Amino acid sequence: MSLTSDDIHRLAKLARINITPVETERTLRELNNIFSMVETLQAVDTAHLVPLCHPIAIIQEMPLRLRDDAVTETNAREANMVNAPQQENGLFLVPKVLE
Amino acid sequence: MTLAKLSISELRVALDSKKISAVELAEYFLARAESNADLNAFLHRDRDLTLAEARRADAQIANGNASALTGIPIAHKDIFVTRDWRTTAGSKMLENYISPFDATVVEKLNAAGMVCLGKLNCDEFAMGSSNENSAFGAVKNPWDKSRIPGGSSGGSAAAIAAGLAPAATGTDTGGSLRQPAAMCGITAIKPTYGRVSRYGMVAFASSLDQGGPMAKSAEDCALLLDAMMGFDAKDSTSVSARENNETPISARLLTAFGSDNRSGAGVSKPLAGVRVGVPKEFFGVGLSPDVAHAVDSAIAQFEKLGASRTEISLPRTRLAIPAYYVIAPAEASSNLSRFDGVRYGHRAKEYKDLADMIAKSRAEGFGAEVKRRILVGAYVLSHGYYDAYYLQAQKVRRLIAQDFQDAFKQCDFVMGPVAPTTAWKVGEKSNDPVAMYLEDIFTLGVSLAGLPGMSVPCGFDQQKLPIGLQIIGNYFDEAKMLAAAHQYQLATDWHTRSPEAFQ
Repeated sequence: MSLTSDDIHRLAKLARINITPVETERTLRELNNIFSMVETLQAVDTAHLVPLCHPIAIIQEMPLRLRDDAVTETNAREANMVNAPQQENGLFLVPKVLE
Repeated sequence: MTLAKLSISELRVALDSKKISAVELAEYFLARAESNADLNAFLHRDRDLTLAEARRADAQIANGNASALTGIPIAHKDIFVTRDWRTTAGSKMLENYISPFDATVVEKLNAAGMVCLGKLNCDEFAMGSSNENSAFGAVKNPWDKSRIPGGSSGGSAAAIAAGLAPAATGTDTGGSLRQPAAMCGITAIKPTYGRVSRYGMVAFASSLDQGGPMAKSAEDCALLLDAMMGFDAKDSTSVSARENNETPISARLLTAFGSDNRSGAGVSKPLAGVRVGVPKEFFGVGLSPDVAHAVDSAIAQFEKLGASRTEISLPRTRLAIPAYYVIAPAEASSNLSRFDGVRYGHRAKEYKDLADMIAKSRAEGFGAEVKRRILVGAYVLSHGYYDAYYLQAQKVRRLIAQDFQDAFKQCDFVMGPVAPTTAWKVGEKSNDPVAMYLEDIFTLGVSLAGLPGMSVPCGFDQQKLPIGLQIIGNYFDEAKMLAAAHQYQLATDWHTRSPEAFQ
């Protein structure tokens, strides 16, 4: 398998990261190297195997925990707004989306 | 003997006997950090904050309310969020980020009375094996400043090796506690996945990320781990230990093997009956002869202490590299999608619309390795490739974890090298991502399996660079691992060596 520049552009778009032509070249070369290393996985027979997501599940069941449906967070609006790049009246500002 | 060389329990005695105050101790380490700023180990220090915590500790000591860690200084890898100190995760994306809360680990160590010296440099979002991926410049290895300290917890490892802090936190996703510990000649333990809370650890790959302590000895790591670990409802994958032992790990260092009821156990053979498995796959091509020799001698020392040695096999060792470099980037690309320049983090100065703002902010805020992993992750999760790459890697992950379970039928611990080589020169591998990934071969499988793993100093190569022995235990066996490492450190002095320039 070999990626093309078009693939890199598509991935950058999916990942919402702008990419320059110089970066595209370099990334193409590097990703192809990475994927030729990753390719060895394909030869492994994994038929009938269940994917392992939580590693401890190899020795015991790890069901997802549910908590009570109750309010646990206190209002921390001010603390949460401290890092906003742009804000007004306690709201995050972004470029206009609808005309 | 200088204060920088003292263990946590020795510092405890000095504090309790009023030979030194927590404020004086904090001042001492801050001064060392200041005069060794060229190592670039610290990203953020704040004297006033540190001294306020030290005064609080002194008051606790004066009132007779000191715990084992009260007044002991510690520094945090800048991947743990802190309310008072900036948290950057080594990224330009979070250059000025102030967290509204403390990570659970920070909160726990704070509650134990530890005094924070500041935040430590690391690879951006903990992605890297050399610290060269930090947006704020690489950390230098105190043993040789032209070399890397390892990564991603390189600032933590370098700070301890240089005596800038007696203890530090770190995190390990594919080896980031163990490998820098090995390359800087210090001791570290990555606990069983889920034992230390991930709450407030800036997320990289959530099914692998695990925090842990870094210090000068197994004994110090045990004290720190006791304070750091425990079930946390705020971490959705947090686990409770199966062992029902209320006694702290640090109080079990000499009794973890139940020495009274085993034949042959005693003062000279404290590890009698302990079976050490040595995987043949860890001693193949690519392993530096100096590392092989030091690790082999360390295992021989365990035999002298009474342990037996068995050759074992971990047949999928090599497959850990591709499996990891599919799973970790997949989870990273998902975790890092939160950085959009809207609520926090870097925002580009100019943009034409919302989509442009996000794509530009991310292009400017993330470094090259982080972008590379996000793109790899986006690919393996995308339509048509998800089954072939991501699910296949998660299935191989099961095989790797099963290999370890099979091995633990024949042995109590697996031992081998942490890394194939000692610390390399800054820049030596930074242009070849795959060459860098291959260096993680001995640590990745342990991470994928979620097993606890340690790095213990066990010698030096011909260039006087430190070498680490890796001790891998079965799930929740941290107490036994630390106890075995403690016996090794009682019998050897590798862990007490420090670089000449930092005595």
